[in-house]
Amino acid sequence: MATMAAQITGSADRVPLRLKLQRVERRRKLKAFLLVLPLLLFILTTFVLPIGRMIFNAVHEDTLLRLMPRTMSELRGWDGKDLPDEGVYAALAADLKQSWADKTAAEIGKRMNYELPGTRSKVTSSARKVSTLSTDTYKDALIEIDPLWARHEVWSLLKRGSSAYTAYYLLRSVDLQYGPDSQIVASPPENAIFRHIFLLTLGISISVTFATLVLGFPVAYLLASLPAKYSNLLMIMVVLPFWTSVLVRTTAWVVLLQQHGLVNEALMALHILSQPAELIFNRVGTIVAMTHIQLPFTLLPIYSVMKTISPTYVRAARSLGAGPFYAFWKIYFPQTLPGMAAGCLLTFILCLGYYITPALVGGPQDQMVSYFVAHYTNEELNWGMASALGAILLTATLILYYVFNKLVGTDRMKLG
Amino acid sequence: MLGTQAAFVKFSEVQKTYDGETLVVKNLNLDIAQGEFLTMLGPSGSGKTTTLMMLAGFEMPTQGWILLEGRAIETTPPHKRNIGMVFQNYALFPHMTVEENLAFPLKVRKLGRAEIEIKIRRALDMVRLGTYAKRRPAQLSGGQQQRVALARALVFDPKLVLMDEPLGALDKQLREQMQLEIKHIHEDLGVTVIYVTHDQSEALTMSDRIAVFNDGVIQQLATPAELYERPQNAFVAQFIGENNQLTGKVIAMDGGVCTVDVPGLGNVQALPINVEGVDRPTTLSLRPERVKLNPVPGSYSNIVSAHVKELIYLGDHVRIRASVAQQDDFVVKLPNSEGVAQVGPGELIRLGWKTEDCRALDRL
Amino acid sequence: MSKALRITGAWSVMALVAGALPLAQPVLASDQLTITSFGGAGQMATRKGQIEPFAKKTGIKITEDEYGGEVSKIRAMVESKSVSWDLVVADATAASQMCAEGIIERIDWNKLGLDRAKFVGADQQDCGVPENLYATVLAYDKDTLPTGPTTIADLFDLRRFPGKRGLYKRPFGNIEWALIADGVPIKDVYKVLRTPAGIERAFNKLDTIKKNVVWWETGAQAPQLLADRQVVMTSAWNGRIYDAVKNSGKHFQIMWHAQELGLNVWVMPKGGQHLDTAYKFLTFAVSPAQQAEPTRYMAYGPANKEANAHVDPAILPDLPSAPDHMAGALLVDTSFWAENGDELRQRFTAWLVK
Repeated sequence: MATMAAQITGSADRVPLRLKLQRVERRRKLKAFLLVLPLLLFILTTFVLPIGRMIFNAVHEDTLLRLMPRTMSELRGWDGKDLPDEGVYAALAADLKQSWADKTAAEIGKRMNYELPGTRSKVTSSARKVSTLSTDTYKDALIEIDPLWARHEVWSLLKRGSSAYTAYYLLRSVDLQYGPDSQIVASPPENAIFRHIFLLTLGISISVTFATLVLGFPVAYLLASLPAKYSNLLMIMVVLPFWTSVLVRTTAWVVLLQQHGLVNEALMALHILSQPAELIFNRVGTIVAMTHIQLPFTLLPIYSVMKTISPTYVRAARSLGAGPFYAFWKIYFPQTLPGMAAGCLLTFILCLGYYITPALVGGPQDQMVSYFVAHYTNEELNWGMASALGAILLTATLILYYVFNKLVGTDRMKLG
Repeated sequence: MLGTQAAFVKFSEVQKTYDGETLVVKNLNLDIAQGEFLTMLGPSGSGKTTTLMMLAGFEMPTQGWILLEGRAIETTPPHKRNIGMVFQNYALFPHMTVEENLAFPLKVRKLGRAEIEIKIRRALDMVRLGTYAKRRPAQLSGGQQQRVALARALVFDPKLVLMDEPLGALDKQLREQMQLEIKHIHEDLGVTVIYVTHDQSEALTMSDRIAVFNDGVIQQLATPAELYERPQNAFVAQFIGENNQLTGKVIAMDGGVCTVDVPGLGNVQALPINVEGVDRPTTLSLRPERVKLNPVPGSYSNIVSAHVKELIYLGDHVRIRASVAQQDDFVVKLPNSEGVAQVGPGELIRLGWKTEDCRALDRL
Repeated sequence: MSKALRITGAWSVMALVAGALPLAQPVLASDQLTITSFGGAGQMATRKGQIEPFAKKTGIKITEDEYGGEVSKIRAMVESKSVSWDLVVADATAASQMCAEGIIERIDWNKLGLDRAKFVGADQQDCGVPENLYATVLAYDKDTLPTGPTTIADLFDLRRFPGKRGLYKRPFGNIEWALIADGVPIKDVYKVLRTPAGIERAFNKLDTIKKNVVWWETGAQAPQLLADRQVVMTSAWNGRIYDAVKNSGKHFQIMWHAQELGLNVWVMPKGGQHLDTAYKFLTFAVSPAQQAEPTRYMAYGPANKEANAHVDPAILPDLPSAPDHMAGALLVDTSFWAENGDELRQRFTAWLVK
């Protein structure tokens, strides 16, 4: 009755009422926005911008454009068939001279060396020699200095450099590269590792997720069904790893699992083994240590969902004639699925980005994508490659998340 | 009341303790006949739910026997007892549709597909939810969920159905409607129902017999009318219906009548139901509707004067709260058939009642 | 009240003056140096034999830093114009590469006042002052292998020497050893390696022990692997093994066959703030008497040929330069690595993960 009355009054002078509502709503929205604003700015500056910048780095590459402006502009007219003509070589000589004076020859060499290994020293030595060159026939002179400049693929590479954007890093991240005529070809087998690395990352993440699920589910069940005084103690033991640094925990695994570590010594003392087993610096060590770290992430969402499942469901099933296992499997287990989905997704996505643990307890064959991101960032200083690998990993993660969402539905997940 | 041989369900000297110190159920003996609607009524912690759970198989008796159709079942696991059960919060499986919920007990029993469908249809029609088969429990109202739970407990034709406060979560109107529905289903199917509740009006409405539980002991086992009219002790009198209590001391016993000295009121004539003898304390129980306002002098064996404290108009009847024997909570209930009594707060009135309406019970 | 104000004012003035001091005395700032080396026993020897005596003599304050030999770190410093290292001990190969890139100073031998010809390998180094010769050798523990390996072929002999081996997680040295073990004469190693087939042959040989290798990344890890019995033998820098034997009482043994002689040189990243002081230090540190000093602590041979005369004769047999050891020695070809290092490192990284 009350609402009807309000509607009738509303329809009499509808416009002012709606305006009033809007005004109130706007004020409310503004207030809500102001509350999130600090966090929004924080996320923008510390998360969105750097990641955007990183993805940009994966395709943006203007070293050659910046350091060899004359060559780049001359090359615009090159048809890409035969070697370029004298004008281009003259521009190259001028750019190299300039680069030697500016000490940027190494940067050019480094950039070219990415795509054509072995060119770095040739570029820098060419630059040094060109700096004292005086001639009119630059083409012959440069080829004389280093046959590098007579190679067609070098010119294809320089031609590609006249654009500030390159797909090279992304191609390389999936074991493709540019051929001599700028066509896309497969990387040579001795350098083609990244598809393998991505699959390996996926495989290890799936294994760890599965291991945490198998180990975590029974514990979560026990936690959810024990009386509080026992479950609190058990819970502390479960979350204890959270309070220790990942580095410390990982190092502890080294102590335990190494060739003459506690586990091997114990097994040998018990005459279960005659030779120490290889438990660390390989796949076994990697998965064991990662599973240990990830266990709470899988377990806690499952536990929090189990906590909400009333024991009367199983009782009801029992009263309806189901045996203990049947009741568990048909009634209890399906209700834990949202928690399992959430826990597994969390662990899986975290695993995709693992770096320090495989680096410490894995062998060379157990390194995941993040290791190579770090390798290219810290050791090779090849940020283009680091960015490309990072961008692909991020995209793959988002796609997997999307697929998962379609299959399970995040709205049905419960993180607790 | 019932012969041992005829008992469908029999509790014999059953005891239950959880902590090894206090007994939750003390020496329970109870026979239930086939087709009976028996309610276990009592406050929370009185042992009624524990008794039900022992029958369902979710709790083991610490001592004693439970017989179903003459067979001891204490060690039979719950899923082999073939007892239907309705839970307080319905316990419908949230990940299954209504239909799947109903099919569950039938699939467990490995019935054929066609038979399952027939039984589901019949059960849904019985609770008038024929069109809701494909819905999930979350898409149903509380009353509908309760009906599904009821249908599920009955779909596999158990001979015994246990109901653990099944209507506790419903609002008053729906609850009263469901009470009648359950009662009718019980009558139609002839199934034995054991019903647990703490709501006395629910118990009175539905039951053939009521077992009033308190402190792990059955205080009285009787039909609703018997319980209300003739409570055997002060707890039952207090727990079932409204009740005025006066405490005093027995000063004389004479055949079917005893005289009780109530301080501040003088001698009161009452029926000695549960008194220990002369000079012993007792509690007098008196229903508010059996008290007469301003009776003709001499027409009632007990007539006292009282001060009106409050007058409450309730439509079909009027309640007067009065001060009797220094107590302010003496209630008189007057039907509104003869016009509202013309009394106001502070007025001095007289109240009268018959000896047979005043029961002398044990001291609380 | 006014007294309190005066005191506050006086403090403020003093604080201002104190803050301005570093600006007012730029001369003082140049009298300090940051010297970076590979850490561990090697850096300790440099510290005791050269850095501390220099600091004592001149009063110049010296700060030390450590690194793992990465060219990229120095390149990043020079490119970002934030050079905080004045002097760095670098491997000769890395020095050649950095010199070609123009990120380290060319050496003015006149300014040093020393004879370039007196230094081993100085003719190949335009930007480095040779400091010492170190050897990458194969080491083992006599307690676990009483009859140890005698030639580098034994490193690849899993039948006679079962168990894990430690190797440096870089291509340098490993591919040379692979070829020698595969039968290439030591003098022809780099000739073969300059052909694609030679590289292939080296990696194929490495493949035969790949599953049995524990890879180490810092110099200290190699003796540690031996001590933990994680490996039965390991490649190591001879100085690290010498240190473990001398200072930790380990029974480690060096197998000198096919020792790979490397040269450590002093380099100065371009853009350092204290170039003159750095030169002053170099003149002092690589003088014959002073360069012999670190051999008291570390078994690396001095690169200044005249310094040998100052070395304690007792320690000579432990130096890579001892005549007995030089017979089967391989001199690392810095120009080969400067040209092919990047490519081989990339290939090595890919080879590792497969």
